[in-house]
Amino acid sequence: MARIIAGVTTSHVPAIGAAIDRHHTQDAYWKPLFDGYEPSKKWMRETKPDVVILVYNDHASAFSLEVIPTFALGCADRFPIADEGWGPRPVPEVIGHPDLAWHIAQSTILDEFDITIVNKMAVDHGLTVPLSLLCGEPREWPFKVIPLCVNVIQYPPPTGHRCYMLGKALRKAIESFDEDLRVVVFGTGGMSHQLQSARAGFINQDFDKRFLDAMASHPEELVRIGPLEYLREAGSEGIELVMWLVMRGALDDDAKEVYRFYRVPASNTACGHMILENPRA
Amino acid sequence: MTEGKAAPKQEAYEDIPGTYVFDAKRSRQGYHLNMFCMSMMSDANRRAFKADEAKYLDQFPMTPDQKKAVLERNWDKMLELGGNIYYTSKLAATDGLTFQNIAAIMTGSTQEDYAKMMLAGGRKPTGNRSKSEWKNKKNG
Repeated sequence: MARIIAGVTTSHVPAIGAAIDRHHTQDAYWKPLFDGYEPSKKWMRETKPDVVILVYNDHASAFSLEVIPTFALGCADRFPIADEGWGPRPVPEVIGHPDLAWHIAQSTILDEFDITIVNKMAVDHGLTVPLSLLCGEPREWPFKVIPLCVNVIQYPPPTGHRCYMLGKALRKAIESFDEDLRVVVFGTGGMSHQLQSARAGFINQDFDKRFLDAMASHPEELVRIGPLEYLREAGSEGIELVMWLVMRGALDDDAKEVYRFYRVPASNTACGHMILENPRA
Repeated sequence: MTEGKAAPKQEAYEDIPGTYVFDAKRSRQGYHLNMFCMSMMSDANRRAFKADEAKYLDQFPMTPDQKKAVLERNWDKMLELGGNIYYTSKLAATDGLTFQNIAAIMTGSTQEDYAKMMLAGGRKPTGNRSKSEWKNKKNG
């Protein structure tokens, strides 16, 4: 039986990817941020998952306004790296796990989640920056990756509650897969930030800290946060935080926080990161 | 109950100052503007655009105001006319500008002051939650 052993949340700021690719990680501006991920890289090496389900959002790279799926599951063998306007990031191609991905699609759809099945999809910084932060710069990624792409650009994104419930359906799907796989779920994006218009640069550290505090012990409080509160309190792009709740829903109720890191700023964004482990994994 | 069309509903999120929520109305208004920006992901298109910007824009059924905002690189106006930041940032990248560059421009700040504000913890929530708090000042 496949099982979820842990969850990871992290911001996926594109400037973090650029700092890695241009070898700026030891600059005064970036060093404190990358130092904050060193324990996580060690944890990732020791944890050795077979598969990562990576919940992220596409930033007008694979999808445009032509088609806007709310939840899109990557079922392909492999996912090329998107050219976001300045050439693809120089990172390894992402290798999928189509057997498990198709199983998850079937299981969650029969569980009444209307998942879009995607057989061809380039992946952008939303997916690759979290991999780089947790794995560094390997020649190939050390595990298979199933991308789960969530619309958070076109209003309204799915609610936090819906994301949390999808996490629970995801867990049920994984636990009914008949192969002994160790799975880690990543919920990415956030924390507070606003990239647009006259309120750009908005950061709400109190909101972010309350969010981090509630993740492990009382996520039901976070599930009640509605879109207006995200937009007003976490900034117009901070609404990405609903994606963290997919991960939280997939883990045990009594998951344990084993690591936390928070830093302002990473370019325009409050960078937040947490690792939760399932106690009986 | 009264018959006929109701007055346009004021969404609660429209009270957030300095923010354009990319809802159905804006998505429909900005569709061609955003699809133009999307076309900047190809190098051939970037070169064609740079060679003759106005001519390139004529391929897209955008409004004259939208075209003017693009030609003038009026980043905030593009959003007001239905642009979305993840799309307009592709035009910014074509010009060699980052998210932080256009953020500074949209807030009416200099690059240096904007970068300093971010290093000092960013724009604070206090005084920046409601349009009523912005009545007496430009922005936070």
